[in-house]
Amino acid sequence: MVPLSYYLVLSGILFACGVLGFLIKRNIITIFLSIELMLNGVNLSFVAFAAQWHVLSGQIFVFFVMVVAAAEAAVGLAIIIAVYRTRETLNVDQVNLLKL
Amino acid sequence: MTPNKYLWLIPMFPLAGAAINGFFGRHSSKRAITAVALTLCGASFGLAVLIAAGFSSASAPYYFDLAHWLRSGDFQVDFSFYLDQLSLVMMLVVTGVGFLIHIYSVGYMWDDDGYYRFMSYLNLFMFFMLTLVLAKNYLMMFIGWEGVGLASYLLIGFWFTKDSAASAGKKAFIVNRIGDFGFLIALFLLIKHFGTLDYPALFSKIQPLVPETAGVGLLTSIGILLMVGAAGKSAQIPLYVWLPDAMEGPTPVSALIHAATMVTAGVYMVARSHIIFERAPSASTVVAVIGTLTALFAATIGIAQTDIKKVLAYSTVSQLGYMFMACGVGAFSAGIFHLMTHAFFKGLLFLAAGSVIHGIGGEQDMRKMGGLRTYMPWTFATMGIATLAIAGIPPLAGFWSKDEILARAFDANWVYWLIGVITAFITSFYMFRLMYMTFGGDYRGGPAAHDVRHESADAHAMHDKHAKDELAHDTHGAPHHGEHGHGEPHESPWVMLGPLVVLAILSLFGGFIGIGDRFQHFLDPVFKAAAEPGLQEPVREAGENTREYLLMGISVAVAALGWFLAWLLYSSRPQLPARIAQHLGRLYTAVANKYYVDELYAAVFVNPLINGSTTILWHDIDQGAIDGTVNASADAARHISDELRHMQSGNLRSYAGWVAAGGAVVIAYMVWMGIR
Amino acid sequence: MLHLILFLLFGAFCLAGAVNLLAQSHPINSALSLIVVMASLAGEYLLLGAEFVAIIQVIVYAGAIMVLFIFVIMMLNAGREEVTRGSRIAILLGVPGVITGSLLVGWVLLFHANTVSVPIGAEHGGPTQIARLLFHEFLLPFEVTSVLILIAIMGAVVLASKPEAVAKSHPPQPPKEVPELVGAGKEH
Repeated sequence: MVPLSYYLVLSGILFACGVLGFLIKRNIITIFLSIELMLNGVNLSFVAFAAQWHVLSGQIFVFFVMVVAAAEAAVGLAIIIAVYRTRETLNVDQVNLLKL
Repeated sequence: MTPNKYLWLIPMFPLAGAAINGFFGRHSSKRAITAVALTLCGASFGLAVLIAAGFSSASAPYYFDLAHWLRSGDFQVDFSFYLDQLSLVMMLVVTGVGFLIHIYSVGYMWDDDGYYRFMSYLNLFMFFMLTLVLAKNYLMMFIGWEGVGLASYLLIGFWFTKDSAASAGKKAFIVNRIGDFGFLIALFLLIKHFGTLDYPALFSKIQPLVPETAGVGLLTSIGILLMVGAAGKSAQIPLYVWLPDAMEGPTPVSALIHAATMVTAGVYMVARSHIIFERAPSASTVVAVIGTLTALFAATIGIAQTDIKKVLAYSTVSQLGYMFMACGVGAFSAGIFHLMTHAFFKGLLFLAAGSVIHGIGGEQDMRKMGGLRTYMPWTFATMGIATLAIAGIPPLAGFWSKDEILARAFDANWVYWLIGVITAFITSFYMFRLMYMTFGGDYRGGPAAHDVRHESADAHAMHDKHAKDELAHDTHGAPHHGEHGHGEPHESPWVMLGPLVVLAILSLFGGFIGIGDRFQHFLDPVFKAAAEPGLQEPVREAGENTREYLLMGISVAVAALGWFLAWLLYSSRPQLPARIAQHLGRLYTAVANKYYVDELYAAVFVNPLINGSTTILWHDIDQGAIDGTVNASADAARHISDELRHMQSGNLRSYAGWVAAGGAVVIAYMVWMGIR
Repeated sequence: MLHLILFLLFGAFCLAGAVNLLAQSHPINSALSLIVVMASLAGEYLLLGAEFVAIIQVIVYAGAIMVLFIFVIMMLNAGREEVTRGSRIAILLGVPGVITGSLLVGWVLLFHANTVSVPIGAEHGGPTQIARLLFHEFLLPFEVTSVLILIAIMGAVVLASKPEAVAKSHPPQPPKEVPELVGAGKEH
């Protein structure tokens, strides 16, 4: 019998690590990986709550999150490839043409 | 009180005329404009005569409620009209003299480009003046009061492209405004303490009050404030300075507004408020003193003026002083009587002066006139009649009214009478001086007189705003004489002479109304019914008649003396005035410069105000504070956004950083709300 | 007891993987750490009774998506990360923000949340149950996601293809004379 809050704390820590990765890292692919980490953390909290309230919809939602993450990863990586082709760099600090 | 449903039409006819000519006159023919203006003004006059014919003292006063206006708690004011004997007299004077002057203006202003504007403004003035006179409450009177001030401004500054005319218009309006301030405070006091401004209601509330003999009470304050308003409108000391400048306007304007009707509004107002003044002896004294001093003061200035219209302007101020003197000593009907006769002869004097000016091509300086009696016989005759009237030579109108005032003044206080007599002497002197300088001797004008035409202020010199019209001076329109020769004075057309003749007849015979106190008894229901025993006219005892004839004799003698002196100095020995002026030296220059009153006002009031406004209000407050605040807020916005735009760095990670920080704030807030 | 030990075990692997993801400088290492995280999470899901989701996590997430990542990393031949100072804000504002936020949330969750204790396998999410829900209540989202995936595939193909490949499939047309413009619409 583990209190549900432990699962949620774990999920929160994973999410925080994802955000930290987003902030600290400069390689665009690593940033993408951090986004996936965030999504995973959220998935965990969905499943945890599904267990608490005994509603299966939480796990269904995880299913859909994964589908979307897949689609997003595919398109996002395609964009990264396109950006790499034009700018020859994967460093996100150097892709700042929108600077005011 | 009986209702009369035609009362409201009397002011409305000229209003319609003003509106029609104002909106459509620009593209109408002059005949159409004339037709509209004269018909509607004449309709007003005709209706006034009809109502007067049907006037019965038994059913007087008449009234008519046109529409509701203000309702504020217990206080209410309506658009109501009122006709008692006093307003009947005023109404007839205003419509009658006004109609004559409209006819005169047709001839005088025919060649002016702004003809339609002039007729429109004249009708507008008639509307406001009639509203003032026929009002049933003080607020309606105030509408008319303000409105005639507006019309006066529009008409004085009629040739607005001329700087002096525009300034004169402004001066008139602003000085009037100062008086209006006093009037307004008086109205506020009336509203506060009596709760109504309606004449019958208000006066019945004041009726039972006792006269305030000790100190300054409510009625005294109201009286003095009303007098401040009257001093502004009727050009008494210290607010008379606008009237001489008002001569910049066309002569019909000077005749109508600044002689016959508008300036008498103050006298009418004081007469209407007689209940208040009879219960406030100090206020009455103030009125009398102001009137007397003004009469003398203005008369002395009139001696040394060289512009024919300025002489008449100061004469108007002086004669108005007489009227206030009369009201101040309680002789309200005498004051109104003089108002009526003054309208006749002063209106005539101005119109005749206009005829003179017109006849010699725009010259107004009397030193360049002379000998005009041969060129303009009709003008000479009518103006002579008016001069006799104003000097107080019997049996013309002015004698009866002025004498009535002097007699009543003597009853009140012999000092008033003495100053009045001295003023009568001076009046006679300067009027006959005017006559001799203008019509006597030989014509001093000539081809040289033509050059000053461009600088002179009056009618035909000011055709258009364009310089090319200075060449077109010699051409005149249809109803005029065809050839306008250089420096050759000529008589005016009959459209201008007709009103002169009518007014001359009135000046000759108009005074007979006052014989045997018939006029006074006519006005008795207005003035007698509410008089307090203290200030009532003393009953004439048997032996008084001798004293009366003695006073009459003195006035006539004094007038004759003035005439003789004028003849001596300006006809018989014309070199004397210059020598006398030299002997008097500084005194003469002071008088000739109007005692430097305008300069004094400029130094004490006008210039400090202008300088204060420029430096403090304009530079410091408007540009510095207000503009500064607005500019500063704009600058602040710009600086803030300048700083904020650094957020848009185009850098992905910094955006994420902002999001994370914001997220933390939101989480903290939610936790805090949840914990509470 | 066992439940707690298993939970802590898998949790430790998760956290280790997550921290390692942040610590590594080469993206390939970060990707592999993420695979570790995903596998541990699959274990956590099993503890909560979500069998189907756990298997899907391993097969799809760790097995397909992460492999895609690794393919891209290898294709782009991205090297170690350079150290560039791009944004101070991210470090100054973002990191403290994240840390405070997560600390707050953690504190609330641990001491003020009204959560219950769950046993092992609390909510049994086997294929039967999932399918029953998926094809009844969530049928529309299910179909929509298939369309979504289709669009993603097409988009990825177009975005990632080489420019000359795009050009080759759309050869530029030489300008035609006017009368023949009528037939231009039928071309290509």
